[in-house]
Amino acid sequence: MSAPATHFNEDARRVAPDTRHRGIIQTAMGKYEVVRDQRKLWFQDWQGARNLAARTKFEAVNHLDTHLAEFARNIEARGTKVHWASNAEQARNIILGILKEQNAKVIVKSKAMTSEEIHLNDAMEHAGYEVVESDLGEYIVQLRKEPPYHLVFPAMHLTRGEIKDLFQEKLNDAPSDDPEALTMVARRALRKKYLQADVGITGANFAIAETGMISITENEGNARLTAALPKTMITLVGIEKILPRLEDLALFLPMLAVMGTGQALTCYNTMYGGPRQPGEADGPEEYHVVLLDNQRTTLLADAEQRDALGCIRCGACLNVCPIFRNVGGHTYGTVYGGPIGSVITPHLRGLQQWKHLSYASSLCGACTETCPVKIDLHHHLLQNRRNASAPTTGKPSFFQKLAFKIFAPIANRPGLWSLTTKLSRIGMKLRGLVNGSVVDPAQAWTKTRDLPPIAKQSFREWWKENK
Amino acid sequence: MVEGEQVSERENIFNRIRKALAVEAHSHHGHGLPTMAEHRGVMPPVGASEEEQFALFAKNASDLKATFKLVKDASELTAELRALRDMEKWQRVATHKSPLAQTHAAGLGLPTIITDDGYDKHDMEQCDVGVSECDALIAQTGTVLVTSRSGGGRALSCLPPHHVVIARREQLVADLPAAFALVKKTYGANYPSMISFITGPSRTGDIERILVLGAHGPKKLTIFCL
Repeated sequence: MSAPATHFNEDARRVAPDTRHRGIIQTAMGKYEVVRDQRKLWFQDWQGARNLAARTKFEAVNHLDTHLAEFARNIEARGTKVHWASNAEQARNIILGILKEQNAKVIVKSKAMTSEEIHLNDAMEHAGYEVVESDLGEYIVQLRKEPPYHLVFPAMHLTRGEIKDLFQEKLNDAPSDDPEALTMVARRALRKKYLQADVGITGANFAIAETGMISITENEGNARLTAALPKTMITLVGIEKILPRLEDLALFLPMLAVMGTGQALTCYNTMYGGPRQPGEADGPEEYHVVLLDNQRTTLLADAEQRDALGCIRCGACLNVCPIFRNVGGHTYGTVYGGPIGSVITPHLRGLQQWKHLSYASSLCGACTETCPVKIDLHHHLLQNRRNASAPTTGKPSFFQKLAFKIFAPIANRPGLWSLTTKLSRIGMKLRGLVNGSVVDPAQAWTKTRDLPPIAKQSFREWWKENK
Repeated sequence: MVEGEQVSERENIFNRIRKALAVEAHSHHGHGLPTMAEHRGVMPPVGASEEEQFALFAKNASDLKATFKLVKDASELTAELRALRDMEKWQRVATHKSPLAQTHAAGLGLPTIITDDGYDKHDMEQCDVGVSECDALIAQTGTVLVTSRSGGGRALSCLPPHHVVIARREQLVADLPAAFALVKKTYGANYPSMISFITGPSRTGDIERILVLGAHGPKKLTIFCL
């Protein structure tokens, strides 16, 4: 078993029976589900909207070369410096190079999962810069030295009491555990940082090819301030974030809001097309856009799963996933958690190391059904299982082979099958005597669950009596 | 990193993309980019008449905890602004060079920053209110559309704790597709460096999913429409 798989199993075993964690997540998800469903009904045709979104992303991803070139050309025309990074190390070096050139000291950041992906904060802190996350949830997990719990709600797993204690300890400022009072603590602390910061770093939700713009969706205004006050702005964006036209946002912005947070539209949806232009009152003197591949082209090369590059990181598939809700966001040990993370991580970081995520699924298909861009998530999990066990890469274990050697002849002979089910019923009764003990042959199952009894009568027997 | 390395990294990425795309994928959802009519066919409904659209904008603004007021003339607007000034005890104002916003901000009789003249960001942070114009009001979502050109730069509409928008009646558009069409028509030849769709005052739900207004941006958004 790979190290990430061992980690996953250990954490899942610890978190799943934790009723406190379960309570927090169920409450948060319950609130989300109500507003999300109201908003879906607000659309005239939500399923139609999903189709249009899927179609748009198909065009974007399957003509990525054209759109990406168009994006770079247009944004460069307004004085933006575009950088290309094939991997995480290159992206880190590009950004560290800009910081050095700017003689920066304080860096303010708005939420960017890509920066988690390339471990940017570690690299910047290691190089001696002060780095402050400005999204409230990200700020909280940064103070806890923890990765974000969820793509959209980084501090979803924490109660107000825990956040109060954290602010008291780290900031010595926590008047009460009232969410408003706590938010104002962060507001006060971060206002100073926006004014101090030499460089602002953001992520991106979309990159518009036709007009050469980065689109950022946020509620707090922290990205707006990050892009307004420091004299240098950097955006780190995956190459797959392309949308062909400006007007595609008319569809994608409300869909992202509905699925992400259950809002009609997120508070600030802002498009940035360059540094301060002639005649403008303010804005950064320099704007750098770092385009990141980091194995996205590996996923692109898999035509079967290419649609996964259309992901808009709304987090909707995490929210509906029974596995995510049971094992929690940190158990995945990945930047991108939940079903989408389970699909793409093996492509981004190695199939054999991360194939266990393909089994972190009940294959219920709730993820596929909710995905606003119609990524075929649960089938991709099956394809990853298949690919991981392909003859050249992985062989079934001796016991797996033995089990099927025994199972196949029985399942192929009706008489033998019927005899086996009869024997099993007797076996079940005998097993009752040792239920849950170490000699229980079903111990692996009964440790955490009840074993359902085998039906008193098989369908065949019932049919004989009742036909 | 030197220029030569950058150029080659760009080529490396493009080569990988082209090689990957040599294998065709199949679309299960049709082909071609959707038209504006297709977008409108699925998106939330908006009434056809101007009255319906104003009513929808007002309802959305109220749901978003923004304040929306139709004012009949400049003197009513001045009176409204003065009432707000006295109620919230404004000391300093920020605004930008513009026919409506600048005149009305001047009418408040307070120390005023004009962003176009250049400003110190620390001074702007001390302002109680930012008064700006906008490009459009969007009925469908209760959104105010501002750009770095129409709204006095980037900070004015998000650094002071209260953002007051002064719009004209004819700036109301029905829906998001119309708003993007307007952006293209207005700026297509020369886009501003920032275009922002502002939908209500700044907010967060990061602590136990409980709504708090004024996370980092304005705690209050007031929209006056002449």
